[in-house]
Amino acid sequence: MKALCWEGVDRLSVEQVPDPILRNDQDMIVRLVAGTTCGSDLHLIGGYIPFMRAGDVIGHEFVGEVVEVGPAVRRHAVGDRVVVCSFVGCGRCWYCANDLWSLCDNTNTNPGIGQALFGADTAGIFGYSHAMGGLRGSHAEYVRVPFADYGAFTVPEGVDDTSALFVSDSVPTGWMGADLGGVGPGDVVAVWGCGAVGQMAARAAVLLGAERVISIDRVPERLRMTERHVGSEVIDYSSTDVGAELRERTGGRGPDVCIEAVGMEAHSDGPMHVYDQVKQQLRLQTDRPTAVRQAIHACRKGGTVFILGVFAGAVDKFPLGAVINKGLTVRGAQMHGQRYIPMLLDRIAAGELSTSHMATHTVSLDEAPTAYDMFKHKTDGCVRAVIRPGG
Amino acid sequence: MAGKKALLTAAAGLTAGAVALRRLTARSPEPDDTHRWLVVTVQRAPDDVRPHEIGPLKDFGDRIETRINAAPGDRGTELAARFRDPAAEGGGSVAARVAGDDPRQDLRRALREAKALLEAGEVLLPDAPPTDHESPGGKLIGTLSRRAGGEGVL
Repeated sequence: MKALCWEGVDRLSVEQVPDPILRNDQDMIVRLVAGTTCGSDLHLIGGYIPFMRAGDVIGHEFVGEVVEVGPAVRRHAVGDRVVVCSFVGCGRCWYCANDLWSLCDNTNTNPGIGQALFGADTAGIFGYSHAMGGLRGSHAEYVRVPFADYGAFTVPEGVDDTSALFVSDSVPTGWMGADLGGVGPGDVVAVWGCGAVGQMAARAAVLLGAERVISIDRVPERLRMTERHVGSEVIDYSSTDVGAELRERTGGRGPDVCIEAVGMEAHSDGPMHVYDQVKQQLRLQTDRPTAVRQAIHACRKGGTVFILGVFAGAVDKFPLGAVINKGLTVRGAQMHGQRYIPMLLDRIAAGELSTSHMATHTVSLDEAPTAYDMFKHKTDGCVRAVIRPGG
Repeated sequence: MAGKKALLTAAAGLTAGAVALRRLTARSPEPDDTHRWLVVTVQRAPDDVRPHEIGPLKDFGDRIETRINAAPGDRGTELAARFRDPAAEGGGSVAARVAGDDPRQDLRRALREAKALLEAGEVLLPDAPPTDHESPGGKLIGTLSRRAGGEGVL
């Protein structure tokens, strides 16, 4: 079958790879209907997560049709249209049982790597390096889905493929930031990043009752999209002093909840961006935490900062003093998708949540390398490129 | 540019490897380290956890001793295992761990597999083949992956 493979730093190629097979009784095989580019893929492609092998299939956000089920699969049958959570959960360890699915104990086939890096192994992710499980990615004609009864969800009638696609990863990630960040009625929420995850975090904050939601980015079409489809106010950081603007809009307090949806390759204006760029390119720090620093400084005393962006290792100039002295709660997580996906599908079906507007481009699998280049450089208004192997 | 980034990425990979190796070497001088219990917590009641009836641990026979305790806070059962006579088992050195010849690696893997079987009913297997062509960096990652099931901080 054809698949999009990582071939080296900044090199992607569509290759012929062996078809996936059922390796475990609880597996199923899904024929891809659609997948999408994700900002976290860029960290892999750029070599910031150094646990990739040439020939690895990337991609983790997808919707498809079941074509084969293992003998122990109970909740799905051939022909089902499913959206699959990007994180794989066994469904029965303590973490899964407590809705902390991205911390599953039993789905990372390389636990020693995660334990050496983080002190504990975390759940496997489709197509996200050998440190995160070594599972094949979804930018292919077919993908094997382990523990299918727990990670795949039948798409309701009336929800189209493109809308369901983003429920695989970006929608639950954004929702989790607002939910676990404790957003509630009356809150002022600031969200850094107007990509798909940031937009969905902002929309979740609106739906959870926040009084005001303010999104921050520098890309004009993303800011416009967020205003129009999310119902959030916006700040263009390339022309505005974000800290001063947030203080002015919040009566001098700062936002109650600050959600960072940018990650390890953050951009910003000013000398700190140059400093972080140089240190990251020299591998003296693994991640650029520019937006995290800004969120911590902007947050009101006693508020909460939730880190949704992907970070892999160590950062420099982390403002621990501000965290302590302002009494902040800082929390982060990879997404516990299985906890939210059924509810999110229901909300999309009910018309409360729009996701399909984020699909700014549609390409074939053969065009995927070009689409990633466009996505990375945010050209042609690209927010997300949808990859359809079937055309 | 891509070449430079590849070199830097390789350097980052080597750094990560060095961190892991330093952790190995930092632990190994402890004289009693090879006799330390290796422990996993299983999301099952203590009565459901019978170490010598679970395939991966059963294979060790009398070479290992095991113990189980109820985990605090309704977190299931703590399942521990260690070799009865670590000196007779050999291994324990950094060189043995790097070469994949430390028997404690087999025991760690067996404990993880026992936990997976008890909780999820199966041990998740990686996709096969992991890749259809090799590169020098990929071979290194492949070696790390093969060791990873028996390594870590368990």
